[in-house]
Amino acid sequence: MNLVTKSGRAPPPVEAGDASIASVAAQKADAPLYAHRIKVYSKSVAGPFRRIKWVLLTLFLAIYYLVPWLRWDRGPGAADQAVLIDLPGRRAYFLWIEIWPQEVYYITGLLVLAAFALFLVTSLLGRVWCGYACPQTVWTDLYMLVERLIEGDRNARMRLDRQPWSARKLGRKVAKHAIWLLIALATGGAWILYFVDAPSSIGPIFRGEADAGVYVFVALFTTTTYLLAGWAREQVCTYMCPWPRFQAAMLDEHSVTVTYQDWRGEPRGKHKAGTSWEGRGDCIDCGQCIAVCPTGIDIRDGQQLECIGCGLCVDACDGVMEKVGRPPRLITWDTLARQEAKAAGRTVPFRWLRPRVLIYLVLISVVGLVMLGGLAMRATVELSVQRDRSPLWVVLADGAVRNAYTLKILNKNRDQDTYRLAVDGLPEARLAVSGDDGDAVVSAQPDSVATYRVFVSVPAGRKLPESTPLTFSATRQSTGETARHGSVFLAPRP
Amino acid sequence: MPTKIEKDAVTGTMTTGHEWDGIRELNTPLPKWWLWVFYATIVWSIGYYVLYPTLPGLNGILGWSQRAELADGMAAERERIRPMLDRIRATPVTEIRNQPDLAAFAVAGGRAAFADNCAPCHGAGGAGAKGGFPSLADDEWIWGGDPDAIQRTVAFGIRSAHPETRQSQMPRFGTDGLLTPAQISDTAEFVLSLSGRAAVPVAVERGRAIYAEQCAACHGAEGRGMAELGAPSLADQIWLYGGDKAAIEHSIQVARGGVMPAWTDRLDEATIRMLTLYVHQLGGGR
Repeated sequence: MNLVTKSGRAPPPVEAGDASIASVAAQKADAPLYAHRIKVYSKSVAGPFRRIKWVLLTLFLAIYYLVPWLRWDRGPGAADQAVLIDLPGRRAYFLWIEIWPQEVYYITGLLVLAAFALFLVTSLLGRVWCGYACPQTVWTDLYMLVERLIEGDRNARMRLDRQPWSARKLGRKVAKHAIWLLIALATGGAWILYFVDAPSSIGPIFRGEADAGVYVFVALFTTTTYLLAGWAREQVCTYMCPWPRFQAAMLDEHSVTVTYQDWRGEPRGKHKAGTSWEGRGDCIDCGQCIAVCPTGIDIRDGQQLECIGCGLCVDACDGVMEKVGRPPRLITWDTLARQEAKAAGRTVPFRWLRPRVLIYLVLISVVGLVMLGGLAMRATVELSVQRDRSPLWVVLADGAVRNAYTLKILNKNRDQDTYRLAVDGLPEARLAVSGDDGDAVVSAQPDSVATYRVFVSVPAGRKLPESTPLTFSATRQSTGETARHGSVFLAPRP
Repeated sequence: MPTKIEKDAVTGTMTTGHEWDGIRELNTPLPKWWLWVFYATIVWSIGYYVLYPTLPGLNGILGWSQRAELADGMAAERERIRPMLDRIRATPVTEIRNQPDLAAFAVAGGRAAFADNCAPCHGAGGAGAKGGFPSLADDEWIWGGDPDAIQRTVAFGIRSAHPETRQSQMPRFGTDGLLTPAQISDTAEFVLSLSGRAAVPVAVERGRAIYAEQCAACHGAEGRGMAELGAPSLADQIWLYGGDKAAIEHSIQVARGGVMPAWTDRLDEATIRMLTLYVHQLGGGR
């Protein structure tokens, strides 16, 4: 092996079958067009970043499993689940917000916000999303914890995999996969609870009385969780996920990323206790940074696509530095610009406010404000009007001209209410509701669409153009809230 | 074709050996499992050839076809709406209107049946058509516009072959020589006056006597028509065969009247009731 790396250094030699630690990239450098997967046995590590990861893992899993159980009172007869996507009922509930299918742009806005927030965080702190918050990372971490508890740490697992099959090995593997599948089942099951009422659905789901569709989706998410977190792991990040491929576009030399400080670490080499550190770097080439890496890379090769920015190598290296009596943070969170300065013996401050950061902040603010404004001004009454296309008009026995319309009142309120219908734009037009000879006051059920057929007629002998613009209005009688919708009144050619 | 697999000097990565105009491709090996997933999809596709109709002559062991799927869907839908249809059969049309769910179902069903059976003559939405196909959306009814009358017209037709058909025949005053052309002209002038459009007062007075003697028995003394006899109102603004003087004269001359088939033998009772309610709500029902 004579690899020339980005920094122009030669990595330590690795021989085939050598048990010494080497990165995945180093192990498959001579691979043909199709490569066998090289299994990553990541070692457990302790340190501040590992602790942050445990805390976030607990928090995110708690959110995921508990949110469907939160209740939110929306009045009698209404769904009382705080977060619920009711597909058959065509409604989505998020705390006090309820959206109808035609308001799906709120979800679009949320996704746009999420995308910009991801861009912002990435340009500031690199791939912290990937390393700490991505479901793939969270569930993989959880699966690795189970694996470690059953099969032991890195070396024990490697040994176990090399051993011939035995009752002990079989028992451990079966136990591991069984627990993985249980976790996967809980994951797939909890997903369903975002789409149905959790407390009343969980019993029937366990008793096998729920819809076939429920079990199809439970099976789907169970399978994907098991495969992606148990088997595919870092392969998802490296080969399937598009984000690593283009997240580099958000990074610049001022973005904080996991960095091996090569000006301090090189030249690396084994170090015998008690000998001098003069004339050599702090890196003792112990390989612990590679051993703990969940994607199996060597951070000393510099920035690379496979790095998810979790910082476990920082924890690992700090532990080693402490043991050998050198300052911590040989691997650290830093920017390329600062590293360049440090290598030249200078220090420069972090630069947080950069044009791209400001642009992302402005975009987030604009989209956020537009969404807030939209939400604050969201109409709870809407009106839509379709005019009859055949016949375009009707001449009545007394010579009056009449047009027919279908009015839909969208009552997004939680109470039944009456609405006064009116039409504006034709002075002598008379509005009548089909099947109702009264006062054009109609009712609408709570949280539903009320449809009425409405006739507008103009008495005989009035000069009517072929087309006259009209505005229909529906006024909620209890509040005076009014929704309007335009249409036209058509008449025979004069 | 791969030419020379070598190590790229800058990155230290092997090349694939492919070269295009001096541009070489670095080898980033695809995972083997990815390749196997691709093969698995090919194997999966074989399942389709076995189970489903694919190439001509290969009909699949499931016996699946879009046509059968449609037939199943239609049968299931018929089964689903059967209780509603039973309710409609058991309920008089005037009573159906008081049950909102049933009325909405009936109007929707009537709309579909109307488009299939009635729209060719009466037009989409009952707009009517020139030449004796009356509009069903206006408020004039030759044979009556309450639900029972509409139902009877739909079921038995007008001048149809059915024994219970609605039947009436206006005399052919001109063709059969009952009135002279001058008398027909005067009568037409009087008919125009019924809707306030007469131009020659003397002719109106002459026509008044002829109308009273020949026409008033069916069309009424004031020309308001008589639904029991299918005699249309002559005093309103709606004219089935045209309302100018020439058209009215022609109607007196040859006695025009349309034919509508009886639907009771072609459509089931529930459909006829749904059609009735649909037509009734088009705008003019009484």
